[in-house]
Amino acid sequence: MKSFLMFVRKEFYHIFRDPRTLLILFGMPVALVTLFGFALTNEIKNADVAVLDFDKGQHAQQVQHRLFSSGYFGLRDYATSYPDVAAAFRQGHVKLAVVFPVGFSRDLDHLGHAQVQLVADASDQNTAVSLVNYATAIIKTYEQEHTKRPAGAGPRVEAVARLYFNPGLKAAYTFVPGTMALILLLVSAMLTSITIAREKETGTMEVLLVSPMRQLPIIIGKILPYFLLSFINGLIILALGVWVLDIPQRGSLALLLAETLLYILVALTLGVLISTRAASQQTAMLTSMLSLLLPTLILSGFLFPLESMPLPLQTVSRIIPARYYIVILKGIMIKGLGLRELWRETAVLAGMAGGLLLLALGSLKNRLA
Amino acid sequence: MPAVELLNISKSYGTTPAVRDISLAVEAGELFGLIGPDGAGKTTLFRILTTLLLADAGTATVAGHDVVRDFRAIRNVVGYMPGKFSLYPDLTVQENLEFFAAVFRTTVAENYELVKDIYEQLAPFKNRRSGALSGGMKQKLALCCALIHKPQVLLLDEPTTGVDAVSRQEFWHMLGTLKARGITIVVSTPYMDEAALCERVALLQEGQVLRIDTPAALRAAYPWPLYAVRAARMHPLLQDLRAYPAAHSCYAFGEAAHLSLRQPAPDAAARLTAYLTGHGHTGVVVEPVEATIEDTFMDLLAQRQPSPNSAHDQPAQ
Repeated sequence: MKSFLMFVRKEFYHIFRDPRTLLILFGMPVALVTLFGFALTNEIKNADVAVLDFDKGQHAQQVQHRLFSSGYFGLRDYATSYPDVAAAFRQGHVKLAVVFPVGFSRDLDHLGHAQVQLVADASDQNTAVSLVNYATAIIKTYEQEHTKRPAGAGPRVEAVARLYFNPGLKAAYTFVPGTMALILLLVSAMLTSITIAREKETGTMEVLLVSPMRQLPIIIGKILPYFLLSFINGLIILALGVWVLDIPQRGSLALLLAETLLYILVALTLGVLISTRAASQQTAMLTSMLSLLLPTLILSGFLFPLESMPLPLQTVSRIIPARYYIVILKGIMIKGLGLRELWRETAVLAGMAGGLLLLALGSLKNRLA
Repeated sequence: MPAVELLNISKSYGTTPAVRDISLAVEAGELFGLIGPDGAGKTTLFRILTTLLLADAGTATVAGHDVVRDFRAIRNVVGYMPGKFSLYPDLTVQENLEFFAAVFRTTVAENYELVKDIYEQLAPFKNRRSGALSGGMKQKLALCCALIHKPQVLLLDEPTTGVDAVSRQEFWHMLGTLKARGITIVVSTPYMDEAALCERVALLQEGQVLRIDTPAALRAAYPWPLYAVRAARMHPLLQDLRAYPAAHSCYAFGEAAHLSLRQPAPDAAARLTAYLTGHGHTGVVVEPVEATIEDTFMDLLAQRQPSPNSAHDQPAQ
């Protein structure tokens, strides 16, 4: 037991004396989560808009007021002619132009409907579509409030969508759990993957093998320090998600932490498994990057919905640990679910941790070569 | 019972044989040397003895335990120093020693008396990271770490390679002290001059044992009359000596050339001086010398290889 504790202490020395390890461990996650959380978003905020108002009437003023107070749009240019608008688009100043034709206010008052022209920069088609949708919604609402419907117009059927759990359609709800799953996996697995490989590379493994030290304490001794540090890491990422990126925390905090620990354990055993197979630190690092980054990014349901993937890819996605953790994270934080609903995913992760640990134990050789 | 015994051990890496049918026995308490150039199979032998590699054929025991069946037992009772520096460079001197003591389920205090002489030299640097130590200091620390659990058998793979002359001497002095405490030591070295410091040595070449004997017996077994020859210019001297009709072999040996003759002759030195002066050499000195282990080793090599006079200029140690 004492030799095991000394082994763990030695691992802590390795970590705290290597600035690069510390940077990967704590710097990278914070940077990436913030980056993903703020930058990787398809929400519209303060998009630059040009207005070309030929009407100059009361309603045109009101509609503009609505648009610019929504928070989605910002007035950039007050154009006086179509060539002005075209020039603004060419220079990339604006993403959207709103054109009020002559007689807009009059038509709305007397006919009950009027037309507004929306011109969008579709070189970025996602943004263009979102802008047009947002603007249309705002203008429609205004129209409905201000037109007096003719009495005998008859009933109208209207579909009213209600968005459960994320009424604001905030992108952070998707990106943050995905990023958390990705970062925790990468950092934990990468760091442990180099540890045993380093002992092999420097020759210290040779000395450790010719000692009473067994395989299990070596592997557990490698995992334990990173387990503690990765958990702190997980706490930081969760705190960032909740307080900086405004993800709700509706479920049980204890369950959330327990599941995070389980997921970290899976990542660490994966790293140790890679480490027992790799001959050098470089191989270990590359293997863990290549075998974890892309599959997790693409096949975890983080960026692309799993349901629309071809069957073979869906099957492969079943072995991606992040897939289950993302479901668990969203379930607990956003939907407020408990273990009763999430036991399947939890069981899969627990099974993975156990299986990977056994594999790592089996592949850490007793001798050289 | 021998402390270390190898019986018909063979080991190949792929199709390259590393060790071929080696048998040898080291008595308990002996200081035994494995002497041979790089590629002679020394490291492979150590790895078989330390249970790190499995031999293709043959059996071996260390401290009475079979290297295959009882490998766990061997790992408890041997101290091993690999050829490459194998401590943690980011741990301090003291932390390394404490770590290895704990790994072997003991404490530094418990066996301090064994490493005291060596560790006292390291004590001024005990808070320095081991990666920042000089070559000689690193080897002393590695020896301390290999000794801290009071091993029955100490296996040292080229402990003095890459270490300065003074540190090498100190290191061998320490081995003598350890031997006096009854620890069996098997040490390998490519330096022939260090062979003389062992009680018995095995001369190895290309995975085979050339001869096992005491250094004195190896020197005495040298069959030819041997002369050390000096002259002002070394390179032409070697060429002319090799062309000398009575020459058996000739090697550069430090500042002199060692020349062995086919036949003993009372006036050999005078005749040789005349021959060299005739070839325009100046400052010629010819002295009869005792054979060193290197001379014996070269001679044994020559017996195995048909053309010994090719280009065996061994760098002097």
